[in-house]
Amino acid sequence: MKEFFEFFSFADANIRYVTIGSVLLASSSAVVGCFTLLRKRALVGDAVAHAVLPGVCLAFIVSGTKNPLILLSGAFVTGWLSLVLIDYITSRSRIKEDTAIGLVLSVFFGIGILLLTSIQHSGNAAQSGLDKFLFGKAASLVGEDLIVFGAVAVLLLITTIVFYKELKLLCFDETFAKSIGFPVRSLELLLTTLTVFAVVVGIQAVGVVLMAAMLITPAAAARFWTERLGVMLVLAAVIGAFSGISGAFVSYTAPAMPTGPWIVLIVSMVAILSFAFAPKRGWVARMLRRRRNKIQILEENLLKLFYQLGEQHEDYFSNRTLDNILTRRNIPKRQALAGLAKLKRQGYIKRHPDGWALTREGEIRGKRVVRLHRLWELYLTQYLQLASDHVHEDAETIEHIITPELEQKLMEELNYPALDPHHTKIP
Amino acid sequence: MNAFWIILTGSLVATCCSLLGCYLILRRMAMVGDAISHAVLPGIVIAFLFTGSRDSIPMIIGAGLLGVLTTFLIEFFHRYARVQADASIGITFTWLFAIGIILISVFAGQVDLDQDCVLYGEIAYVPLDLWLTEDGLSFGPQTIWTLGFVTILIIAFITFGYKELFLTAFDPGYAAVIGISTTLWYYLLMTAVSLTTVASFESVGAILVVAFLVGPPATAYLLTDNFKTMLVLSVIIGIVASIVGYYLAYWLDGSIAGAIATVTGLQFALAFLFSPTHGQLFKRKRTIAV
Repeated sequence: MKEFFEFFSFADANIRYVTIGSVLLASSSAVVGCFTLLRKRALVGDAVAHAVLPGVCLAFIVSGTKNPLILLSGAFVTGWLSLVLIDYITSRSRIKEDTAIGLVLSVFFGIGILLLTSIQHSGNAAQSGLDKFLFGKAASLVGEDLIVFGAVAVLLLITTIVFYKELKLLCFDETFAKSIGFPVRSLELLLTTLTVFAVVVGIQAVGVVLMAAMLITPAAAARFWTERLGVMLVLAAVIGAFSGISGAFVSYTAPAMPTGPWIVLIVSMVAILSFAFAPKRGWVARMLRRRRNKIQILEENLLKLFYQLGEQHEDYFSNRTLDNILTRRNIPKRQALAGLAKLKRQGYIKRHPDGWALTREGEIRGKRVVRLHRLWELYLTQYLQLASDHVHEDAETIEHIITPELEQKLMEELNYPALDPHHTKIP
Repeated sequence: MNAFWIILTGSLVATCCSLLGCYLILRRMAMVGDAISHAVLPGIVIAFLFTGSRDSIPMIIGAGLLGVLTTFLIEFFHRYARVQADASIGITFTWLFAIGIILISVFAGQVDLDQDCVLYGEIAYVPLDLWLTEDGLSFGPQTIWTLGFVTILIIAFITFGYKELFLTAFDPGYAAVIGISTTLWYYLLMTAVSLTTVASFESVGAILVVAFLVGPPATAYLLTDNFKTMLVLSVIIGIVASIVGYYLAYWLDGSIAGAIATVTGLQFALAFLFSPTHGQLFKRKRTIAV
């Protein structure tokens, strides 16, 4: 607890640098990552992260200094080149995007390693520490780094806000954007440039491999909570910032712990939890929804059976035994009993000494299902010219999902019919 | 002699990776190789902690298990949680890799490992690690034996499973009709990729594994329309890259793995420009002639 307060008072300058640096970095790359994710190019971040290495080495060979600005511009050039090459290869040959990414990634990195080792073996004393540039040093951020991070973060955010509408259209409907005369090529280049910027700066903090996560993971997590791009961007930035702070905190309490991997670990956990528990798109929510649908279908089928039994003698409220119900339709006995118990609790049926009987509400609901079934059958035979013995299956599925509005429309469309294709009455 | 062992090692890795890579790139799973090669890091660390040694076998088992787990997680996120395919790959491997690095830091005192040695491997050390009998008889480098065994295994896998692999990759519907399980062959292929990645890793490093998995198959894909020819061509391309790469590294006094990866890039560039059927240059000429 003491450490908690110590950390969050931000009294120590070093803590401030690391935290602010991590937050700026994580949230600005998360925002850019949203666009690459939506354009189904989540892995290009990984390619850029690897393609930076030869640029750094070449910049060193040409300039002979380790001036961060020169190294960064080298990194920027090859990172940018790698994305242009990926685009060029995929548009000009049968090579698919993922292959192009893998190829560019490994070849650029290979060239980088070759150059790096060649420099190291050349006996140039100035080169020591060049490799550290590439593998992350979040725990040792200093004030100067912060200025660079801050500037880049602000630049990325401002560009995103200014070009928000254009980028949005590029992500969701590229063809439309082209057709109304948007400069799609320039926008793509802009997005490419933003991505490379985020990666080049971020790499120094978290290292080559983990930089890919900073782009993809917060965006993928945010995607599960919302359908709106604006909300997604803000959420991704918040998730990124949260992971940045938490990662910095962990490495503060346990000094041997590397900040970058902890940021990634935390952001991954947030993402995995989102995949599972996000209210609409999450895995658990979807499973619950599926189960609810299944139960609803069972209930409606049972009520339908009651109604159909009643139809035979125009007597809807008499007692029906379990055998009585199940002879008309093959429902597993245990499921049927569970369904009946539930219907009784909801007041659609009443318990009788040796069976169940519909209540008034049950009769109404059962009647509606039967009506929808027959209406749909009629619709299929009239409008799609299907034979009347082919329409039952389809109506079985559709009867559970027709809304009252659709029901009204169907009635109008069919001119309030009295008989279904099998010449039974539509209730 | 050293040159011979190094080129042989490179060629064995090239053979396994190129063969499997042909399936990966046609299934649009090229990045899975990259993902596996990073995600096995925690497996290696855990195997190392359990045995306390750098023996190849426990490491291969640990990493192999993690490799299969990686493909399982990617499938799981993609299919059940409906994460889009590329994001699912990216999230899975960065997450596992982060765990690996954290494990290394936690057990820093006990583990003589760092990410550099796992990811970059040093093929130049292959000839130094000899397999000696008690009488001092030398059977050559150990790596050659491990990789030779894996290569035979992979060739056997592709020869005997050719029909199944082909159908599940190109016509899953038909495969299912005649009773071939797509899931089973998917996981068999992924196990083979994990095994190859892990076995090659120690000697040549992750980056060269990825380069071999993608480079030669992509080059071969631009040169032929016949899948069997593509398999054979990509192996030849991979072996040529090993030979040329070795001498390039010798000339520049740099990393051999890096040089070989560079050569695979050059080969691809050549095919991309000059392939008789799919090259840029001939395409342009044809359009002019017409």
